[in-house]
Amino acid sequence: MIKKIRNMTDTNLLLTITVVVFVVMYFCAVVFLGEGFRKPQTFLNLFNNNASLIIIACGLSLVMITGGIDISVGGVTALVCMSCAVNLDLKGGNVVTSMLIALGIGLAFGLVQGFLIAYLDIQPFIVTLAGMFFARGLTTIVHTNPINVKNKDFTSLKNTRITIPGLGTTNKKGIFVDATIEIGVIVAIVIVIALFFILRYSKLGRNFYAVGGNQQSALMLGINVKRTKFLSYVFCGLLAGIAGYVYFMHVGSGSPSHAQGAEMNAIAASIIGGTMLTGGVGNIIGTLFGVLSLCTIKDIVTSIGLDDAWWTGITVAVMLCIFLVIQSIVMAKKHSAGAVKDQPAAAKT
Amino acid sequence: MKSFLKKLTSNQIFIPCAALLLLALFNLIADPSFFKVTLDHNSNGDPVLNGFLITILDNGSELAILAIGMTLVTAASGGQDISVGAGIAIAGSVILRVLCGSNPRPDSLQTSLIVAFIIAILVSMAFSAFNGILVAYFKIQPMVATLILFTAGRSIAAWINKNQLPIISTSCDKTFGYWGTYIPGIPIPTPVFIAAISVIIIMLVLKFTNLKLYTQAVGINPKSSRLNGLNPELIKVIAFVILGICVAICGLIKVSRFQTINYSVVAKDIEMDAILAVALGGNALSGGKFNMWGSIIGAYVIQFLTTTLYKFNVSADALPAYKAVVVIMLVVTSAPVVREKLSKIFKKKAKAASKSEGGAAA
Repeated sequence: MIKKIRNMTDTNLLLTITVVVFVVMYFCAVVFLGEGFRKPQTFLNLFNNNASLIIIACGLSLVMITGGIDISVGGVTALVCMSCAVNLDLKGGNVVTSMLIALGIGLAFGLVQGFLIAYLDIQPFIVTLAGMFFARGLTTIVHTNPINVKNKDFTSLKNTRITIPGLGTTNKKGIFVDATIEIGVIVAIVIVIALFFILRYSKLGRNFYAVGGNQQSALMLGINVKRTKFLSYVFCGLLAGIAGYVYFMHVGSGSPSHAQGAEMNAIAASIIGGTMLTGGVGNIIGTLFGVLSLCTIKDIVTSIGLDDAWWTGITVAVMLCIFLVIQSIVMAKKHSAGAVKDQPAAAKT
Repeated sequence: MKSFLKKLTSNQIFIPCAALLLLALFNLIADPSFFKVTLDHNSNGDPVLNGFLITILDNGSELAILAIGMTLVTAASGGQDISVGAGIAIAGSVILRVLCGSNPRPDSLQTSLIVAFIIAILVSMAFSAFNGILVAYFKIQPMVATLILFTAGRSIAAWINKNQLPIISTSCDKTFGYWGTYIPGIPIPTPVFIAAISVIIIMLVLKFTNLKLYTQAVGINPKSSRLNGLNPELIKVIAFVILGICVAICGLIKVSRFQTINYSVVAKDIEMDAILAVALGGNALSGGKFNMWGSIIGAYVIQFLTTTLYKFNVSADALPAYKAVVVIMLVVTSAPVVREKLSKIFKKKAKAASKSEGGAAA
């Protein structure tokens, strides 16, 4: 068993920890907290409410795998919501133009930030910090007050629910209610699957890991390090744009206070999912489970009755702390065990 | 002359100073009254200096104090502490809790301010040490380790005071407000003095102890500093603890300024400004060598920029957008890649000029 763990790659080891913790946590919630958590809809609501966070966290994981960071994603999400709301409600646009706006904003942020970071060699933290400030500021410049969108096409799109056959519960009145998901969930799942295959099987995906693992040796292997980094930020920006639209479809309004702190939640989710900020280690499936774990914790806290806003912050932080310490201890143990194992072998030769 | 120019531009403090000069020049052209300082009297009849320059010095104090600690943390650990804003909320909350006891509207203070301040410093140091231990002993990247306190800090601050907002009114204690505003009879705001004293102390410490040498050694290469007999983990924790003291001082100034605290708003986004100050000062965010003066000047540059933007009626919500543009311009012009390219272009031009001159002479 221990040998098996030692032979696992870092990525898989951290992924396993995350998945096990999530399953145990949800199982405990089902056993001890009962009713609410037993409904399939509760589980699906995890996706419904957090589809945009899943997409953002996926983009962030890409960047973190290449060894960078992008904290502008929350700001971009808010900016996309506001711009789309203004476009639909005040400028008389339709759903297609608003989608194009969302993609355009995301792509623009990705391109500019990627260029500054990859080709001008400026620290990613500073660039994306400025990006976050810019996006947040621009959101209020576009429109100061929150807007509720009343466009008919959009509201019909927003209220579209996809029924999952076979799942559902009978409510108190004895009527059978089907379990449903929103369109955003489909988008999120498609993106997760696509990114999983890109990272695992495409040349670009492998390049991301190589650049994050060791930039110098990636360069020597003939990988275009600058272009790879650039592309990771473009992907992240684009995904932030898409996430913005998904968020917009979920809430149906634009407001400067949207997606407040989303970047930190996304970073936390990626880390819980086993992505390391040093780069080279991470997995999209892990990120998905990271988001789910984070949100399950929040659900559990509210259902226990610790409704005060501060408890959510404290529990999330405690969980993040525990995960970080577990990661650090496991990695240290594994590496020191590997070193002990290697030493006699080295002595023989 | 040329070598002098080269020496000047290659100096680390050149960029923040140039930025400061540019901002000052911009203001001088746009509206010279920006620099006017007048002596007024406040509602108590005490003399008070008024003017934008005073506002900058006053409001920049917290940032300058934070920049000191942030520089040390950046140099030693190669990462930044993003929990300072939350830390200020905690420190402020502790001060109010100790002063007010369980009554949010006290008629008199429970203890003296010194006791409250010392307790706040201890609490703040404990939280910073927690960050430092995670970074140094558990080898977690600083930004991630401090993310924990970043998410929990303001909640903890609210929890310390049981979610109440204590107010220390002037009828309860007059002297409490002195630390964040004015001491009667002295026209200069008190935070300026606090910042100046902090800067003097840290400069003396850097001059007479090995702190600077050790932090830089640890930041440049922890392994080789260990081989040279240093304890890199301990030095990282010490850097974080010093930042904790700075945070507690800022907490005192903040609560004294407003006589109360708002947990979700107090010192919001100040961590970003502090990190920017360090970067503007020309310090590498990846650790190693640092220049303390650069960071301190960087802090005032940022405050100068903020005040300038406020003066041009930029709303507080839209402020970050303009700030971001200026920051990106500054960072792009100071990026090594861009500088190299620019100097190449200049050299080419100079060569072409000298050639054409030579041709004319012939």
